[in-house]
Amino acid sequence: MSDFVDLFSLPFMQRALVAALLTGLAAPAIGTFLVQRRLALLGDGIGHVAVTGVAIGLLTNTSPTWTAVVVAVLGAVLIEVIRERGHTNGDVALALLFYGGLAGGVLITGLAGQGAAQLQAYLFGSLTSITAGDVWFTFGLTVVLLVVTLGLLPQLFAVSSDPDFARVAGLRVRLYNLLIAVLAAVTVTVAMRTVGLLLVSALMVVPVATAQQLARSFRTTIAGAMVVGVVAAVGGLLLSAALSFRATVAPGPTIVLLALAMFASTWPIGVWLRRRRRLLSPFPSVEVATHTITDEHPHEHGTDCGHPAVPHADHVDYVHDGHRHAVHGEHYDEH
Amino acid sequence: MPVSAGAPPVEVSEGSVAIGGRPILRGIDLTVRSGEFLALMGANGSGKSTLVRAITGLLPMTGGGVSLFGTPYADFRDWQRVGFVPQRASAGSGVPATVWEVVASGRITRRRPFLPLSREDRRAIAEAIDVVGLSERSGLGVSQLSGGQQQRVLIARALAGEPDLLVLDEPTAGVDLGNQRALADALATFKARGATTVLVAHELGPMAPLIDRAVVMRDGRIAYDGPVLDEEDAHGHHHPLAATHDHVPHVGSPLDELGGGR
Repeated sequence: MSDFVDLFSLPFMQRALVAALLTGLAAPAIGTFLVQRRLALLGDGIGHVAVTGVAIGLLTNTSPTWTAVVVAVLGAVLIEVIRERGHTNGDVALALLFYGGLAGGVLITGLAGQGAAQLQAYLFGSLTSITAGDVWFTFGLTVVLLVVTLGLLPQLFAVSSDPDFARVAGLRVRLYNLLIAVLAAVTVTVAMRTVGLLLVSALMVVPVATAQQLARSFRTTIAGAMVVGVVAAVGGLLLSAALSFRATVAPGPTIVLLALAMFASTWPIGVWLRRRRRLLSPFPSVEVATHTITDEHPHEHGTDCGHPAVPHADHVDYVHDGHRHAVHGEHYDEH
Repeated sequence: MPVSAGAPPVEVSEGSVAIGGRPILRGIDLTVRSGEFLALMGANGSGKSTLVRAITGLLPMTGGGVSLFGTPYADFRDWQRVGFVPQRASAGSGVPATVWEVVASGRITRRRPFLPLSREDRRAIAEAIDVVGLSERSGLGVSQLSGGQQQRVLIARALAGEPDLLVLDEPTAGVDLGNQRALADALATFKARGATTVLVAHELGPMAPLIDRAVVMRDGRIAYDGPVLDEEDAHGHHHPLAATHDHVPHVGSPLDELGGGR
């Protein structure tokens, strides 16, 4: 155990923790808008394109992070343009870039004479090899990302939930869609060192899916997703560090699996909550056709009798065994 | 009052729209006067939705022009004066949102980026939710509401921007009578403020008493313009006017005709 505590005094571990924290905040924030636009896999597409960017960096001996940012942004804009022009389906456009990006990346890395190990660090993350410069880079991008997404939240919400309405409201929908794509590309490169390009989309989507299980408003979804993202990223890193004394445990996959475990544990609660909301949603306030009195009714309904009390016009109906019972003087009516 | 208060909210002259090279709307002349409640009617595929999409700028006009409040579309910037209710089956999207949040997004026309909601914004949002009678449900998720209630949410969203012109694309399609009444009540409140309404509808139902003028579309042209007709005249085979019917191929669903699809 003391070995585990000692880990925190190691500079590389401190840097890894900061990077994980920032990624956990940034990825779900932009991911929420991708899920809202039903483009959950956009992050994956950009991640694959960014592989080519990393490879170009390796080939030209420049920083793979910067080349990845440039190529990922270009790829994201291209996906958005193809999608918006509507000549190809959105998912087909994504698929084209998926394969092009990955194939290009592997080919160029080969040309650069770099081994698979070098690319591996970007594909699946290498949190523990992050430099101080990387941490500052991640910090800067995360701040920009959070300021833009949270500051423009009403605009991005309107554009993502109903583009036609947003356009007639005078918003420049195309510009905002491009902004979302660019922000997603920036997030991908931020998260590249943490969870790796192939798993980056998980950190953008899984926390949102988890938060959705419990939330019913957009604000709680995005806030909850960020909490889940941070817990998964930091928790996954600590977990992999604790386990690494016994076996080789990579942080990237641990983070993603922890996020998935959080989804799996909230999912049944979500199912239960949705079922309960459906049960308790009001009956339409239509006049009851006939006045039907229940048969013998020994049970007395009340606020805590356990039967769902569903609003119906100006009263409540108690639901049990397929009946809707409304209090009427001394007896119950069938509604 | 703005300078252009007297200008007609919508003015279409010699308007035509072609989609994928095929003419859909031809020779549309339509002026909606200030304070008027206009119903745009016609069978499926007659072009009524295409016309409102052209009026709101979602579809480019291929000929003629649209002016909103006396300003040609290209120069029009006063989008807070226009409220739009698009044709949608539901108010929900990929992420949960509450009734209040969806209605609040309608205030976007009057908000500056990066600034929080003002007290005035909050008042307008609460009032819009109240007009459609959903005050008690404002904290619920929109996906929990029935289809008719979701249409009321979409109308509240358009009203939250306090527009002078409201354009609604089939808000009553598939909505039960109770919710249609609630929609009609909301639009009556809106009309009482002196605002202008363009309503695309298949059938009028409880909206009928509100309507000042009906425009019936037929195969991409305006076939009738005048007082409200009963259902049989608008939808039956008998043409209300002795207008000629030209034999342009009937386009059932305009967007399907695009080569390559979307």
